[in-house]
Amino acid sequence: MSAAEAILTVSGLRCSIAGQQVVEDVSFEVPATGITAVLGRNGVGKTSTLRGVLGLIHRRGEVRLAGERIDGLPTHLIVRRGVGYVPEDREVFAGLSVAENLALAERQRNPRREFVAELFPDLVARRDQPAGTLSGGQQQMVSVARALLNDNRLLLVDEPTKGLAPKIVAEVAAALEEASKTVPILLVEQNLEVVRRLADDAVVIAGGRVAHIGKAREILDDEELTRRLLGVHAERAA
Amino acid sequence: MSTIVLTLVTGVGLGALYFLVASGLSLIYGLMHVLNFAHGAFLTLSAFVGFMVAQALGTDSWGSFLLSILVGGVVGALFATLTELVLIRPLYERHIEQVLVTVGLSFAAVALFEGIWGTDPIHISGPDWLRQTSDVLGARIPNTYWVLMIAAVLVLAGLVLFLRKTRYGMIIRAGVENRSMVTALGIDVRRSFTLVFAIGGAAAGIGGVLAMHYSTFVSAHLGQTLLIFAFIVTVVGGLGSLTGAAVASVLVAVLQQFANSYLGGTGDFIVVILLALVLLVRPAGLLGRKA
Repeated sequence: MSAAEAILTVSGLRCSIAGQQVVEDVSFEVPATGITAVLGRNGVGKTSTLRGVLGLIHRRGEVRLAGERIDGLPTHLIVRRGVGYVPEDREVFAGLSVAENLALAERQRNPRREFVAELFPDLVARRDQPAGTLSGGQQQMVSVARALLNDNRLLLVDEPTKGLAPKIVAEVAAALEEASKTVPILLVEQNLEVVRRLADDAVVIAGGRVAHIGKAREILDDEELTRRLLGVHAERAA
Repeated sequence: MSTIVLTLVTGVGLGALYFLVASGLSLIYGLMHVLNFAHGAFLTLSAFVGFMVAQALGTDSWGSFLLSILVGGVVGALFATLTELVLIRPLYERHIEQVLVTVGLSFAAVALFEGIWGTDPIHISGPDWLRQTSDVLGARIPNTYWVLMIAAVLVLAGLVLFLRKTRYGMIIRAGVENRSMVTALGIDVRRSFTLVFAIGGAAAGIGGVLAMHYSTFVSAHLGQTLLIFAFIVTVVGGLGSLTGAAVASVLVAVLQQFANSYLGGTGDFIVVILLALVLLVRPAGLLGRKA
C-alpha cells in the first residue's frame, strides 16, 4: 500500500508507561477505507499502540494522518484533526447524563445526532440517565456514539465487544460495520468472529513489535499463524 | 437550650467559611490532582486588599463592605489565575513539583505580606450590624455568621449552576472523573485548569474578606490558619466533590464548636480525630469516588 492511500502511517512507534517500554517498534499503515484490525495476544501492546498514536501515553516515532505529522501534537489537537477514539472499557463519564456525555463529544457545528440516534435508539430514550447507571452494553453504545457524532477521518476503536453479551456484540459490530462505510477504522479486537466479519486488513503485534501484516481473513485462515501469534486454533478463530 | 442553638448556628456559620475556602481546593484537586498549599495566600491577599478598599471608602458603610467582598473575589481570582499560568502550567503532569511550588509560594507570600502590611494583626470593624447579635430561640447569634452563611449559599448555588448548566462546567465535571478521556474528545482540558483555579481563587477571596470580618482583624497568617481546616474538610468530604466539601464543612465546624463548648475546648483535636477516622474507614471521603 502506498503512503498516498493510507489515512494513517505509523513508523517506528515506541511507547512507554511510567518508564516501562510497552511498544518496542511498530510500523504499519491504515488504508483510507475499511476496517484494519490490530491483533495479538493479551499484553502485547495493542491498546498501547492506539494510545500512543493518540498521544495519550509517552511515545516516539513518526505518526502521520493523511500525510501530516501528528506525533508532536497534544491529544486534543490530534482528535480535532479528525480522529475519533473509542477506548477500552468504555470510559464514559459516570456522573454525567447520556446527553451530557454525547454533548461533550460534539466538535462540529452540525453533529451527526440523527445518524447516532438511528444506530442507538436506546440512548435517545435514556438521554437523561446518568451514564454510570447504564449496563455495560449501553455504556459501550455511548462510547461508540461519542466517536460517531463527528465527521472523523479515522476511528481508533479499542476492544468494543469486550465483556458484552452476544446480542450486544452483534449490535456493536453492526454499528461499526455501518460506520466503516464512511470512515476508516483501526480496530483492536480479541473476538475473532467479529474480526472475521468486519476487518479487511490486519496487523498482528507480538512482544511490542509488528509480527505480521496481511488480509484479515488470510491470517485467520492460517492455522499455524493464529496458533503462534494469537494463541488460538484456526477453527476457534473461524 | 440557648447554648446548644448558639453552638449549632455558629458551627454552621464557621462551616460556611470553611466551605468558601475548601470548595476551590476540592475542585482544583479533583480536576488537576494538585494539593494547592498557596490557596491560603489567595485568601490573605484578598483580605488585605479588601481591607484597603474598606478603609478607603469607610468601614462602616454597607457599600464599602460589599465592594470589598467583590474586590476580594476578583483579587483572589486574578492571583489564582496568575499562579496557575506562571507556576502550575509549566509543571504540567509533574504533581510533586506542582505541590512543592505551591508550598514555596505560600511561604513567600506570607513573607511578602508581612513586608508590606507588617507582622501585627490589623483590626477592622465593618458596618454596625455586623457587630450586633440576633436572637434565635434565646441564643444571641453574632450577625457575622449570617453573612458567612448567605455568602456560602450564594457561592454554592453559583458553583452548582455553573457546573450543571454550562459547557465548561460539564468539562470540569467530566475532567474530575477522567481527565485523559476529556482530552481524547478533542477538548483542551488545560483551559479548564485555569478556570478552576480562578473560580477557587474567587471563592477563597470572598472567604478572605469575610474571614477578616469574622476575626475582626487581618494578618499575613490569616489564610494559613484557615487552610488547615479547609484541607481537613476537603479530605473528609472527598477530594473533588463539591457537595462533599459542603457537607463536610458543616459537619467539621459543628463538631468543632460543640467540642469546644462541651468537651473543654478540644474542638481542633476532635476534628483531627474525625479526619483520622474518615481516612481509616472511608479513605475516599464521605462523598468522594473510590480510586
